[in-house]
Amino acid sequence: MRLLRVPAFPLSVFLALWFGLLPMPIWAAGFKPWWLALVMIYWSLESPRYGGLGRLFLIGLLADLLFGTLLGEQALRLCILGFLILRFRARLRFFPMWQQSLAVFGLLMNDRMVVLMVRGLSGEGLPPWEFWISPWVGMALWPWLFLLLDSARLRSRGKA
Amino acid sequence: MLLFYLSFAIVLMVTDHRTDALGRLRQSAGLLLQPMYSLASLPASLAGEIAAGWHSRDQLQIERDAAQRELLVARAQLDRLQAVQRENQHLRELLGGTRGLQMGVQLANVVDVDLDPFRHRIVIDVGEQDGVRDGLALIDAHGVVGQVLSVSPTRSTVLLISDPSHGVPVQVVRTGLRVVAFGTGETDRLRLPNIPQSADIRVGDALVTSGLGGRFPAGLPVATVMSLRPDDTRLFVIAEATPSATLDRSGQLLLLWATEPTLEMGPPIELGDPTLRAQPDVDVASEDTGGDAAAREARR
Repeated sequence: MRLLRVPAFPLSVFLALWFGLLPMPIWAAGFKPWWLALVMIYWSLESPRYGGLGRLFLIGLLADLLFGTLLGEQALRLCILGFLILRFRARLRFFPMWQQSLAVFGLLMNDRMVVLMVRGLSGEGLPPWEFWISPWVGMALWPWLFLLLDSARLRSRGKA
Repeated sequence: MLLFYLSFAIVLMVTDHRTDALGRLRQSAGLLLQPMYSLASLPASLAGEIAAGWHSRDQLQIERDAAQRELLVARAQLDRLQAVQRENQHLRELLGGTRGLQMGVQLANVVDVDLDPFRHRIVIDVGEQDGVRDGLALIDAHGVVGQVLSVSPTRSTVLLISDPSHGVPVQVVRTGLRVVAFGTGETDRLRLPNIPQSADIRVGDALVTSGLGGRFPAGLPVATVMSLRPDDTRLFVIAEATPSATLDRSGQLLLLWATEPTLEMGPPIELGDPTLRAQPDVDVASEDTGGDAAAREARR
């Protein structure tokens, strides 16, 4: 499996950004999870070497440039996520999967609040109710994403 | 450490929001990030091509017939418009009018990329190199779509009229009443607040751009009034309207530019010229050199 020797971290970040840009039909727009956050939550949980605050900040800036959000918005959101995870890392890591999913849901909900605050302060109105769907999707996706990333990480480490 | 990053992020956001200092950075970064956009729009365009390949013959036939009928109707309308336009030009020459509108159009493709479902922004495939500037208006076949928000060398971001932070000055066709249509965050609804109780506006009224503010040329269709209700103070009326343009994030748009900023902008009459329709990238208007000459005369 020489093809899979690509390091898992950059590949996963790249894919997360790419998935984030993929267009969805209008009615499904609210269902798109924040892929980048899910991937970064995984890395902060599993190896803080990859998911440190500095790295989160830089990746957030990159995402801001890519998505045309206010420069620093996603960086701020990722840093808040990262801080919470690093703070409770010891506990979160040993949660059973369903509890971990709930925790991810909590994190994503918290993030939505941050978004609401940032956009409210920058003068954008209240978003429609679909705005709140995305954390639920994130929660439902978390176990699968976790298993996928875990196997990818172990494989790339095992071969290295 | 967290505090450092947080404050840094907040400083960045405020600078970005309040000033244009980071525009250059954004532009150059935009250039680097462009392959990403192309990559992201790849699956959608592939799917589109596959779907096109699967179209059955019958379906194509039906579509072709429909298109042909539409073309016929449009041709007939254009002929009439041309007559009106000639008359208009003639009248303006008589007036020695300075209202000569120079307008160009350029075809722009929407890049199939989803920036954020709750911010009404799209990316188009023309940029600074094609002469795009901030604030240019975009229309589709049915009406106003939005305006250019930021430009990078080969791509630009467009703010749709449905964005909550967007307002477009409009005019009721029937009565000439001037109002402002704000986005609501939903692609099928605009809001027109602060209409006086006594104003003459009805459900079904068509709204066109009024040309005030100078961003949008006057006379472009914007929306149709769907409902009216009093606001909380009961002193004013709020109207809700459905945009005429299809504001989904795909297809082709027309970029409009007034080649010179005129104080008073007339309706985009020259759009109706069928000989110019065929070529997408021309100066449509170059209207009335006579009028311009007259204006120069007048200034002297």
